[in-house]
Amino acid sequence: MRGQEARDQAERKAAMATLAQSSGDDIVRLWNEAGLPSEAELLRGPETGLVTLRGRIGGGGAPFNVGEATVTRATVRLPSGQVGHCYALGRDKQKAKLAAIADALWQDPARRTEVETRLIAPLRSTLTTAQEKRRAQTAATKVDFFTMVRGED
Amino acid sequence: MYVAVKGGEAAIANAHSLLADRRRGDRSVPALRLDQIVEQLALGVDRVMSEGSLYDRELAALAIVQARGDMIEAIFLVRAYRTTLPRFGYTRPIDTGAMLVERRVSATYKDLPGGQLLGPTFDYTHRLLDPELAAGADVAEPLQRESEAHAMPRVSAILAREGLIEPDGEMPGDHVPGDITREPLEFPMARDIRLQALSRGDEGFLLALGYSTQRGYARNHPFVGEIRIGEVELELDVPELPFAVPLGKMRVTECQMVNQFKGSAKAPPQFTRGYGLVFGQSERKAMAMALCDRALRATELGEDVVAAAQDEEFVISHSDNVQATGFVEHLKLPHYVDFQAELDLVRRMRAEYEARENPARAEDKREAAE
Repeated sequence: MRGQEARDQAERKAAMATLAQSSGDDIVRLWNEAGLPSEAELLRGPETGLVTLRGRIGGGGAPFNVGEATVTRATVRLPSGQVGHCYALGRDKQKAKLAAIADALWQDPARRTEVETRLIAPLRSTLTTAQEKRRAQTAATKVDFFTMVRGED
Repeated sequence: MYVAVKGGEAAIANAHSLLADRRRGDRSVPALRLDQIVEQLALGVDRVMSEGSLYDRELAALAIVQARGDMIEAIFLVRAYRTTLPRFGYTRPIDTGAMLVERRVSATYKDLPGGQLLGPTFDYTHRLLDPELAAGADVAEPLQRESEAHAMPRVSAILAREGLIEPDGEMPGDHVPGDITREPLEFPMARDIRLQALSRGDEGFLLALGYSTQRGYARNHPFVGEIRIGEVELELDVPELPFAVPLGKMRVTECQMVNQFKGSAKAPPQFTRGYGLVFGQSERKAMAMALCDRALRATELGEDVVAAAQDEEFVISHSDNVQATGFVEHLKLPHYVDFQAELDLVRRMRAEYEARENPARAEDKREAAE
């Protein structure tokens, strides 16, 4: 049971990470295509505030504050009772609200598969494609050192 | 007696509408959109985010347009906006070792795990103005190469294996990271607070100070151990969730400066380090920050404090360009009453001086006046 709980938590967190990284436009488009229900009671927000980003001295040492970033959050309750949350960088309130509803739907066992396959999976695939492209473009700028042949044989 | 004077209301209103007109410029030229600025003036946007100390591309772009491209004015606008928002908390410290790297170079090791990745750099360009860019020529898609999924450890970790470099900066176990947005500056300050001030500090000021250390004022023999630029994931602990909530990704630039150190009463000969971490792609700033961080560790490392770059109070008190511009620019606001008082004082002093230096002439003047 504990193992299952930890797995559920990791999957939920991964879904939230995908939603946070995705663009609001992509979420709205897929939401409409999938016909997911957007009926929910807003318990908090959507509201924009700040988080302070922390780094570590020397990369791995003691934490220090670097600066702030805008974050928008929302908390919703579905008619079926599940409470969902979203925190995402930026100021997109529509995205925060839908992502919170998605988090709530994800917690409903009857809805989870639908949310995963119709919303999270395509968003994740868009993100992965963009990331792989970026990685491959960077890789093309990798320096291949070679040794100059010297001498006059 | 102090007499309050009012005036200029209409002049101010008209000046602001004139500003709006000049900001828009020639109406036959299309107005800039924010996404154009975000995409095509990305490093300017990064600078405003870094020194405005607020990561939000669209807001930084808006600030740049509103400020007509005046970067310090744009930074000022962003700082002012920040104060209107509530705070949700402090993120977990980012892991730059897990960065999705877009550029990574080391000047100390040629062959290192993950390799040297030049990324989108100005280095090795010829700095020739490009007329094709002015003509709006199409740009080819960049090449791609299959990437081996190499782990990319920080260079400092590689040097650490030999034991010849100091570890990442630690603070005492119970130390809570200071926050200059919450508490006023106090000197001497801990390194974590100094780094926060440097990270939002003025690029030009830190660049000049960093340069001064290279030219011999607090020389500390730096090498770029590593610069890496890329996106890191942010996570925030919140009470409503049993795990740290992922917020998305943010681009940062990290610089590890490695400095030769001949040792002192306090530390053995080894490589010491300066650290830079800045929002966005801001390599020059991250390098300048790392040079200043190292110079400011003089006291900690038992070095003599002989140069401006080592003087913590001097550097940190003057690194914030919003404070600096506020105090310098306030001089142009009306000081009529202050100046009247000074004028009066100088007249009196001058009369006394003349009476002392040249009593006869002063007497003549007095008589003539009478």
